[in-house]
Amino acid sequence: MAVRIEKVDLPGIGFRHDVVVSNGRRISVVSHRDGSRELALFDEIDPDASTDSIALNDQEAAALADLLGNTVQLGQLSSLTNEETGLFTEHLLLGASSKYAGHPLGDTKARTRTSVSIVAISRDGAVIPSPKPDFVLESGDSIVAVGTRQGLDKLANILADG
Amino acid sequence: MHETTVLLIEVGALLLGLSLLGRLAGRFGISPIPFYLLAGLIFGHGGFVPLDASEEFFEVGSEIGVILLLAMLGLEYSADELLGNLKRSRLAGLMDALLNATPGALFALALGWGPVAAVALAGVTWVSSSGVIAKVLRDLGRLSNRETPVLLSILVIEDLAMAFYLPLLSALVIGASIAEGAIALAIAVAAVLVILYIALNHGRVVSRLFSTKDKESLLLGVLGLTMLVAGLAAEVNVSSAVGAFLVGIALSGKVAHSAVELLTPLRDLFAAIFFVFFGLSTDPAAIVPVLLPAALLAAITIVTKTLTGYLAAKRAGIGIPGRWRTGLGLTPRGEFSIVIASLAVASGVEPQLAPLATAYVLITVIVGPILTRVPDALWFKDAVRSHLAKQA
Repeated sequence: MAVRIEKVDLPGIGFRHDVVVSNGRRISVVSHRDGSRELALFDEIDPDASTDSIALNDQEAAALADLLGNTVQLGQLSSLTNEETGLFTEHLLLGASSKYAGHPLGDTKARTRTSVSIVAISRDGAVIPSPKPDFVLESGDSIVAVGTRQGLDKLANILADG
Repeated sequence: MHETTVLLIEVGALLLGLSLLGRLAGRFGISPIPFYLLAGLIFGHGGFVPLDASEEFFEVGSEIGVILLLAMLGLEYSADELLGNLKRSRLAGLMDALLNATPGALFALALGWGPVAAVALAGVTWVSSSGVIAKVLRDLGRLSNRETPVLLSILVIEDLAMAFYLPLLSALVIGASIAEGAIALAIAVAAVLVILYIALNHGRVVSRLFSTKDKESLLLGVLGLTMLVAGLAAEVNVSSAVGAFLVGIALSGKVAHSAVELLTPLRDLFAAIFFVFFGLSTDPAAIVPVLLPAALLAAITIVTKTLTGYLAAKRAGIGIPGRWRTGLGLTPRGEFSIVIASLAVASGVEPQLAPLATAYVLITVIVGPILTRVPDALWFKDAVRSHLAKQA
């Protein structure tokens, strides 16, 4: 279902975006002219009034957006998992001892060897969707892979031992 | 001592004092405007420590203060916002004018002040202080509230209405005939329409005069253009303040944004001087006899202003607590009431207008922000809740 976002002008100040979530509660983002922004939550009894508003600077807003964006992406990935199709999604951690740490993703030849698709890499809380073969892996990367049970087990072994 | 030396000492000491007063006001969470007015009263004619050497400086400074107040207001609103609000909130604006200008006009007539003073006092009681109100909303964290756009659009319409009201008043106070007043008003209407048209369709042309890369040249350029147009506007009796407001509207985009940053400190300085000068030219002894009428007028117009906001919010589908927040939030009067009063006083319309306006603004600018907080109080919320329960 599409989420409705409403934009309201605040003359002389900036504008406000409202998101009304499915349980009826409202979340607003006030964007000031000078670039600063506030996140506001609303009272349940008096839905016109904000109970609290939190000022966010550029980095904080970006971090919050990333955080929400990431959990959404990962959430959508895990919903791919389905017993009937026989497809599973797994997060495989690349250990420091792996010989692929510091090497391009293409070197693992994961697709040809295991038929598993690597759909994303999660690094330091950021998600890199659809990594290219020349993407250089680092130890500590979480590799998000979609494939059959056997394929995923095989990939886990390859990443660990080579 | 040399005249200039005395001026430096007087102005320096006063600014230093204002800075401390401003900090004190900030600590109590109130606007510094009443403190600036009081400082002016203390040092002015008939005050405790008259300032002689610097009076001329304050007079010129206060003129620049009015121009900058209006120019910044114009810069803060885009032409789109002005027209959009005019379309959406016409009725609220009209109701606001009727409910709040009428008490002022009737009051002046009841005091036997004559029609010109009635028009001036109508303006004093009509216009809320956008500066004070915007700050209170920010402090109370109400910017994201649903009723806030309703409240802001009333302020926008009032400010736009000033572009027509001020030329009319300036024509009236110099004793112009009705025909001359009509001409001034016609010039103002034409000027506003032309500027709005240019700002909407060719906004970049005016802004292209300036470059945002060179801050110094931008500052001098925008200030120069504003003062030039203000002066020309005053020359044709359209009020310098309105000329400055129109320059603010005509500038747009990046140039407007940078100009706001550059002019804000200047505005703060000269607006403070404007309030002090108004206090300076008011005799504190004259305030005492008008204190009671001012309190009565303040009480009446606080009620009418609250009603205005309440009804406007109700029309916009806001709940009962939000309606009260809108109404009470609109009650502070401030810079505009003083601008209007100073315009009338400078032409010697009614000597008692200045002390009355001073007392009136002092009362509303202090009481208004306190009233604005009332809907956040627990007892108020409880009262609203039990009222709703009774209805259900």
